[in-house]
Amino acid sequence: MKCNICGKREASVHLTEVVNDSVTKLHLCEECAKSKSDEMQTHFGLADLLSGLVDFGPEVREDSFGGAVAGAKCSVCGMTYSDFQRVGRLGCGKCYETFSGNLSALLKKIHGADRHMGKSPVRSAEHAKPTKDVQMLKDELKELVRREEFEKAALVRDRIKENETKAKGQV
Amino acid sequence: MKLNDLLYKESEWLKAEGPKSNVAISTRVRVARNVAGHLYFNRANSAARAETLEMMIKAIKKSKLLKKTLLVKINDISNLDKRFLVERHLMSREHTQNSEFKALAIEESEIVSVMLNEEDHLRLQVMQSGFNVMETWRIVDEIDTELERILHFDYSDKFGYLTSCPTNTGTGMRASVMLHLPILAMTAQIENVFNAISKLGLTMRGFYGEDTEASGDFFQISNQVALGHSEMDVLDNLERIIRKIIHKEESARGELFQKRKEELIDRVHRSYGTLKNARIITSSETIKLLSAIRLGVDLGLLKDITISDVNEVLLLTQPAHLQKINGEEIAPYDRDLKRADLIRQKLVK
Repeated sequence: MKCNICGKREASVHLTEVVNDSVTKLHLCEECAKSKSDEMQTHFGLADLLSGLVDFGPEVREDSFGGAVAGAKCSVCGMTYSDFQRVGRLGCGKCYETFSGNLSALLKKIHGADRHMGKSPVRSAEHAKPTKDVQMLKDELKELVRREEFEKAALVRDRIKENETKAKGQV
Repeated sequence: MKLNDLLYKESEWLKAEGPKSNVAISTRVRVARNVAGHLYFNRANSAARAETLEMMIKAIKKSKLLKKTLLVKINDISNLDKRFLVERHLMSREHTQNSEFKALAIEESEIVSVMLNEEDHLRLQVMQSGFNVMETWRIVDEIDTELERILHFDYSDKFGYLTSCPTNTGTGMRASVMLHLPILAMTAQIENVFNAISKLGLTMRGFYGEDTEASGDFFQISNQVALGHSEMDVLDNLERIIRKIIHKEESARGELFQKRKEELIDRVHRSYGTLKNARIITSSETIKLLSAIRLGVDLGLLKDITISDVNEVLLLTQPAHLQKINGEEIAPYDRDLKRADLIRQKLVK
C-alpha cells in the first residue's frame, strides 16, 4: 500500500480513528509519518475537528443585559474569538467568561452538554453557596421554556424542587 | 533516581499483574489543570512560562504524595531521551516540542507522571497494569486533591475545570485502556467494536506499529466526553464497555482455539521460533510476532515465557529504547540487528 501523503513510498504506519460514526484510516510511510507526527499526535482526533466546529458565525458575547457585544477581547490575555478560532486553544481562564456564549454552544457540540457535573476543587466547594445549583437550574428552566421544550423543562423543574427540599433539610 | 535508571527497571505497568492482563495491557487516567490567574502556555511569554513552572515545581516538592519524584527539565535532555520518555508513555509527543520551560515529574515506580507546562499548566497521569480503571482514577483523584490545596486551579461552577483546549473542559479527565485484541482483529469483528463504541462517547485508536494492518492487534480506547457527566459516570461507562470487549475477545479466543486449533498452535510456535532465532528484525515484524506469542501464552501454549516478558520486549524493542540500551544513536538497519539480539537475549531461556 502506498503512502497517503507522498503516494510514492510504501505505507508502514497505519492509523485508524473513529469520530462519531465515521472511520478515518490513514496510511503513511515512515518519513511522511515522522514529519506529520507532531501534527498527528496533537491534532488528529477531536481537536482536529475543532477548527470546523468553532467556525459558526460571528462572535457573540452576552453582556449583563443579555445583549451581544461584538468583537469581544479577553481583558486578561487579549485573545479575541477569531484568535481562538484560528488556534483552537484558549489563552486563560478569563476567556471562558469573555466568550461564554460562543463557548457554551461549542462545548455542547463537542460534549453534548455545557454544564460541569463532576468533581469541584475543595476550595470551591467550601465557598460555593448552597443555592448556586438551584439558581443554575432555574436559568436552565427559563431557557427551556423559552425554547418550548416542555418535557425537558418539567424534568428540570422536578430537580429544582428536589434540590430545594434537600437544601432545606441541610439547614 | 536518574533518567537512565528507568531503562534497567521494570515499569509497574509492564508487570502484567493487573486484572485481565491477558487482554488489557495498561490503564491510564490523566487530568488537565491550570493554575488560576496565569496565562495558558500557548498565550504566555517566557517570563510567565518560567513563573508557572517555578510555582508548580514548588507545589510538587511540597506534595507528600509526590515525594519520590524525579524532575526532568525537557530542555536539558537529549532528543533521544525525549523519545525514550514518549515511548515509555510518561509524556506526550507534544511535550517534546518547544521544550523551554517544560518539565516532567516522574514518580519512582513510574505509576505517576506530571507534565508541567504542556498545553495545560499541569497534566497529571497515573498508569496501572491491566484493566484497572477505578483504582487508577482513585490515585489521580487523591494526588489532584492534594495539589489543588497547594495550587489554586482554574475552575468555574458552570464549565468545571478550565483547560486550554475545549475538548478537555469540565472534568479535564481522559481515561484510556490499551487492549490486545488479536482475535477480534483477525476475525474482522473489530469493525463492529469500532462502530459500537463511537456511539457511546468513546473513541478507539489502532496502534498499528510500523507495518501492515496484520500487526494491528493493539488498540487504545478512551472517553471522548469531559463535560456534562461526572468522572464516575464516565469511568463507569468506559469500564462496562471495555469489560464487554474483553469478554468478547476472550470468548473469541476460546472459540477459535476449538475450531482452528492446529492453525493457531502453528502460528504461535512459528512466531516464537522466529523471534528466538532471527538475526535481523524490523519493529513491525516484532510487534506482529509478539502479538502472536502473547496470545500463545494466554492460551497456555507457551509455558516458558510470561505475559510480562512479552510486555517488556514490546517496550524495549522500540527505537529509542534500543538506542538507549546501546548507549548511542543507531541507524535503522543496525537497529534491526540489535533488536534481534535483544529479543533472543530476553526470550531464549
